[in-house]
This record gives sequence, C-alpha cells and structure tokens, in this order.
Amino acid sequence: MTVYYTKDHEWLRVEGDVAVVGITAHAAEELGELVFVEAKEDGTAVAQGDSVAVVESVKAASDIYAPVSGTVVGFNAALTDDPTLVNGAPEGEGWILKLRIADAGQLASLLDAAAYAALVG
Amino acid sequence: MSRDLLRTPLYDLHLSLGARMVPFAGYDMPVQYKAGVMAEHLHTRTAAGLFDVSHMGQVTLRARSGRIADAALALERLVPADILALKPWRQRYALLTDAQGGILDDLMVSRLGDEALLLVVNAACKDADLAHLTAALDGDCVVEALPERALIALQGPLAGAALARLAPATAEMRFMDVAECDVAGVACVVSRSGYTGEDGFELGMASGAAVRVAEALLAQEGVAPVGLGARDSLRLEAGLCLYGSDIDRTTTPIEAGLDWSIQKSRRDGGARAGGFPGAESVLAQLRDGAPRRRVGIAVEGRAPVRGGAQLFADAQGAVPVGRVTSGAFGPTVGAPVAMGYVAAGYEATGTALFAELRGKFLPARVAALPFTAPGFRR
Repeated sequence: MTVYYTKDHEWLRVEGDVAVVGITAHAAEELGELVFVEAKEDGTAVAQGDSVAVVESVKAASDIYAPVSGTVVGFNAALTDDPTLVNGAPEGEGWILKLRIADAGQLASLLDAAAYAALVG
Repeated sequence: MSRDLLRTPLYDLHLSLGARMVPFAGYDMPVQYKAGVMAEHLHTRTAAGLFDVSHMGQVTLRARSGRIADAALALERLVPADILALKPWRQRYALLTDAQGGILDDLMVSRLGDEALLLVVNAACKDADLAHLTAALDGDCVVEALPERALIALQGPLAGAALARLAPATAEMRFMDVAECDVAGVACVVSRSGYTGEDGFELGMASGAAVRVAEALLAQEGVAPVGLGARDSLRLEAGLCLYGSDIDRTTTPIEAGLDWSIQKSRRDGGARAGGFPGAESVLAQLRDGAPRRRVGIAVEGRAPVRGGAQLFADAQGAVPVGRVTSGAFGPTVGAPVAMGYVAAGYEATGTALFAELRGKFLPARVAALPFTAPGFRR
C-alpha cells in the first residue's frame, strides 16, 4: 500500500487499479470545519489536474483536483451526513472518492510522504 | 506583500492568541483563531465574542457654529436618515448615497451629547468617505478623521454581563444607546450595538489603550476572540448587508430593503423631505417600488450557494430573475444561508427559485430575514 501526495494537498492511496483520494491533514486544518463535500458522479472520466470534487467550509468552496487521470468509481457517502469526518480523520474515514487509475505512470509525478512533509514544512 | 498591509493596535495580541491573519481592506486581520470559524460563530451566539474592528474608519463632525443641530442638518445633505432627530447619546444606521441613489457606504452615526457626531464607516471606504464628507460639509463642519482610535466589538448573550463587571453603568444601556465610560481604567465611547444580530457593544478608545481593554474583556467569563470569518457568517444569518457584496453604488437603499433607514421626516410629505444625493430616484422607488429587491434565500440541501450565483425562476435556468450577493453555511441555522437580489414580483417570502451551483439548478426559496432571531436589548 503506497500513499502519494500532490502539491495541491490531496493524497492518493493505491489499492490495486483503484486510487482512494482525499485531502491531507494540512489542508483540512487550513480549511477548517467542512460543511459540505461533493464529488463528480460515478463514471465520470477526469484527467490529471481536473476538478473532481468540491469541499466547502463555512466561508469558501475549494476544488479537489484529480491526482491522476481516471474514472470516478465511488464517493464516500458518509460525508453527505457528516462532512467533518474529513477534519477528524482526513486520511482515514474522511476519504473522499475512488478513481480507477487510467495511467499508473502518472503516479511517478506525485510526491512521497517525505517530500510532501517538506513542502508544508 | 505583508509589509504593505496596515496593522491595528491589537495585531500582536491576535498573533499571541493564535490568529490566522489575512489581508482585508488593506489591513492584516485575524480571519479566525484556534477554535475555528464554526466554533467562533456558535460561541458568539451562545456566550460572547470579542472582535477587532479597528480597521473601520472613525470620523467626527463638529459644526463651525458650535450648534449640534447644524452638524446634523449638514450631514442630512449626504444621507437619507433623520439625523436632526437623533437624541443625545443615541446611535442610528445611515447610508451615504450618490447622485443616482446608489450607496457609497453604510455607517453608524452617534450623537455625542451636544458636542459632535461620531461616524463609523467601512474600512475599504474610509478614505473616499472622508474626502466626500470634507468636500460637501467643510463650510459648515470640521470633519476630522480619528486614525488613532481603535474599535472593539463585544457581541453575544453574555456580552452585557461581561462588560458590566468592568463598567457597571453599561448595564443600563439599551439598544443603540451611546455612553462615555471608563472600561478597565480606559476612557471609552461605548454603543450598545454591533453587526452580529446579538446583544452587544462597540467600544472606541485611544489606540494605545486598546490592548488593555481587549485583555480585560478576554479575561471575563464567556468571552473569546472571534475573527472576520465568523463575523461574516454571523452578519449574514442576521440579514445584515456587507458593503461591497450586498450593497454598493449599483444598488439603491430601496432595492437593498433598507427603506427603514429613511425616516418619515426625509420622505415625501416629511418636514425635511429629500435633500440628499439621489433623493429623486430613491423617493420615487419608495413610492412606486424598486425594479428588484434584496431578499433572504434558503437553498435545499447542504451545499452553500455563494455570492455571484445566478437565480432562476425555473429548474432549467431559462428565466434569470436575480443573483446571490452573499452566501455561506449558517452554523446556527445548520443549513446554507444566502441573500441576493430578485426582480420585482419574486420577492415574497416562500417564492420558489433555483440557484445555479456548478452547473446544477438547486431548489431554493425566498426566506424571511433575519435567519436567526435578534438578541437586542430594546
């Protein structure tokens, strides 16, 4: 199991040919308590860097960008009732969506945990 | 960039309280503290929040004649409110209008006894307001900006008890009363008002004494610091306009639903009807109705609809009828809250609308303002 990170503060965990995607603890802390989360519908094809979900705090909406190209194959329905799961466990219960990875080669463009930690200091 | 931003006298205190600072109207201001926007909002509704609003402009008007009535009549040349009837040590909301009836700024006007009028204006407008006031009133009034004055707001149901422990006389004040009193050994101008929909106070004092007053208030039971993030969601739930979002030069007082800020004496048939910039069009709208009106908007579901979202009469987005000017999740309401403008005919409470959000048309309806019951001490 390998976790990758983006400069835009998403994380991605590879499970076979599917990536579980969420936002990092750093991003969750910056945004504050979330009040709404939604993702593109299942079956939507997205390219790396496309907006694939939106998280909203009291004050603002923020796009979540697809860390790699792929097809949306699931949304974390628990977030519909309790978006704050993201704040409580951003890399656990607070995952946001699953993507079927279109090009595993793109994983090489992402950061590892050490590089992301260095980025957010 | 940050070295170009101005700082209020409470800047170091904000940092020591763990504030996250953001640029706002040229100032480096606390958007939230450690508790976060949601908790700070709810704390203000249930206890007391302390806000630094020192970035706002404070201006005094003194009549050259020495008569307060002359200062009041002079200011009435620029605002549609009845200033002459403002009693000593009372405060009133007013609007600066332009020749078309657009809103240049909204402000609070306090009458300091028989000495002067004290205006509190928006931070982003203060330089323009000062130039406008000086150009129009200089012959009759001394217009003086008070950049060395700080302003602190204490808002919420425990605000009265907290302030009364430091300044017992404030317990007697009613909504929109103004008083000079000593708070923690500091001479303050206190008004029982604010911009959250809660009971509360605004305290003006010399900049050098602001930290002492803020620390004394923060030491009181139930008082916690609150940032601009929660200030915005609080005022939105309270149905209060944010200048630059909900009102500006393209909106008139009548379109904005601020008719109540134009007292009878300034309306048709009143003792001093008109006489302010744009009076002809503003009074015509007051008579005949405005082409659009500001309304509250409740959106179904949990997704907040933000300022700029278009409003439609139908689920396909074929008939545009208005636009959202402010929108957020309302922590007290527990649902999205918004306000905006709709064309005449769509303003009745309960009218069905559709708000465009990321390409979808969400069912919404016109909601009565405010979204939360006001806590004022009348």
